[in-house]
Amino acid sequence: MSNVLAFVEQRHGVVRGAEGVLAAARRLADGRGGAVHAIVLGAPGVEDEIEALGPQGADEVRVGCHPGLETYVPEPFARVIADAAGVGRYGAVVFSATVQGRDLAPRVAALMDVPLVTDVIGIHPEEDGVHLVRPIHGGKANVHLFVDATPVVFSVRPSVVPASDGGAPGVVHTFTLNEDPARWPSRRIAVEPTSGDQDGLARASVVITGGRGMAGPENWGILEDLRDAFGGDAALGATPSVVDAGWRPRGEEVGQTGQIISPHLYLAIGVSGRGDHLVGMRTAGTVVAINRDRAASIFDVADYGIVGDLFEIVPRLTRELRKHST
Amino acid sequence: MNIVVCVKRTLDSETRVRLDPRGVSIDAHGARYVVGPHDEFALEAALRTRAKVGKGAVIVVSFGDGEVEAQLRACLAKGADRAVLLKGVPTADGLRTARALASVTEIVDAPLVLAGLRSADESRQQVGPMLATLLGRPCVTGVVDFELEDGKAICRRDAEGGDETWQTDLPAVITVAKGALHPGSPSLRDIMGATEKPLEERSARPGQSRVVVQELEYAQARPGVRILGHGPEAVPELIGLLLRPPAGP
Repeated sequence: MSNVLAFVEQRHGVVRGAEGVLAAARRLADGRGGAVHAIVLGAPGVEDEIEALGPQGADEVRVGCHPGLETYVPEPFARVIADAAGVGRYGAVVFSATVQGRDLAPRVAALMDVPLVTDVIGIHPEEDGVHLVRPIHGGKANVHLFVDATPVVFSVRPSVVPASDGGAPGVVHTFTLNEDPARWPSRRIAVEPTSGDQDGLARASVVITGGRGMAGPENWGILEDLRDAFGGDAALGATPSVVDAGWRPRGEEVGQTGQIISPHLYLAIGVSGRGDHLVGMRTAGTVVAINRDRAASIFDVADYGIVGDLFEIVPRLTRELRKHST
Repeated sequence: MNIVVCVKRTLDSETRVRLDPRGVSIDAHGARYVVGPHDEFALEAALRTRAKVGKGAVIVVSFGDGEVEAQLRACLAKGADRAVLLKGVPTADGLRTARALASVTEIVDAPLVLAGLRSADESRQQVGPMLATLLGRPCVTGVVDFELEDGKAICRRDAEGGDETWQTDLPAVITVAKGALHPGSPSLRDIMGATEKPLEERSARPGQSRVVVQELEYAQARPGVRILGHGPEAVPELIGLLLRPPAGP
């Protein structure tokens, strides 16, 4: 009952974001003297990707294969994971708090008839069970929860528990799924790759967000230059009002109706700091605000601020960064 | 064809959150409550779909205490035809909420049930897919736009890796995210008219809550902003601070 099942995502055979969910599972299992079992579902061949999961904290890896599951399909995924979790009598089942994890975990919990805690940012194994912490009210407060059910099912935000290193490679068990795709009630019929940074926004370690102070979509070039000066792990964001004005695509929106992100570094450029935007960035690491108005609310949630004309400050920032990176 | 929209009464995101002295709940005194933005997108999508189909009712359902009536009336003012207030005490256990909703006849009978992708307060993002699973129906989450075609729904959603199009059998549950729809504000006349529309109260039997709130705490506040200066002259100091490990890029 003390073993932990961790769902690891893959897309087109490439495992993604395993370290966060496995580190969380490891912490829980170590606190209760159990083992971590990872489960991956995908098309045949996905097992070739699996060797790396051992050193990240999985004692055993279960790989379920079906040609129709090269990418995520909710109903069969939920059924297979709920079955595996039930048969294995796990004490906990852990998901990543990603688009896929947030779609999948509620279905698994409902199939197993147990509650779900989403977007966990703190895990504390205690005598009476595990205590979980999650943000509420757009990150203004945190709630500590105790789940009175087994297994404890939750999704964890990336980088909450530092990735573990070392450990023996896990034993890999591959099994074939007996599924009939004709019976899946929903199916993906088309995918149009997103342009720009939208895909990377949730995972980027540096996010540069432009607000109304940018004065128009034609001025975004200076933010693109700044992003490029930060290198590969930076992405552009936009405030809700910028997206509503049609200046930037919806996928870049950071806020209540867009993405909720926690990059290591967040730069708010010409952003006033309305509540519906702050919901999306309050849990970021270091926050830098650049705004001409010292009274703007964004300075209340920033670590460092520069007051002045962003059209002078941002190009200078880009130049100085480039100097340091060469 | 009836469309059911599940809505939740939530604190307005602009409201200052105050914890009660015991630290286990939000001090609701003077707080402003609304229907969250994603629920409003769901209602707007329902109204537009009904207009296109040309028949059927839009029914709003909410699980909560008597106070929820204000939010249900707001939905009626925006164009919903009738409301069901499922009376009970919601907790941090979303499966309990899903179970309460799954017992509502209108939901069981509706070919299409919509809900917001997530609520503005707790943002647990789970009741929609749980409800679908309890009813044995498919669910597409985070849908920005959809069309009904030959007993199926064609849904567009933003996912990691691309804008996806999904086809799902009906009946289904769809959770709605921000798309091209911008819900409008009702006129005074609509607001007055909403008091005449049917709002039925029923008692919910959701069962015991299995998620216990132990403590609430304010999120750790930042120590306060350090203004590095005015204009581009402040940039070198910022660079120095950012490149200092481990906070640097």
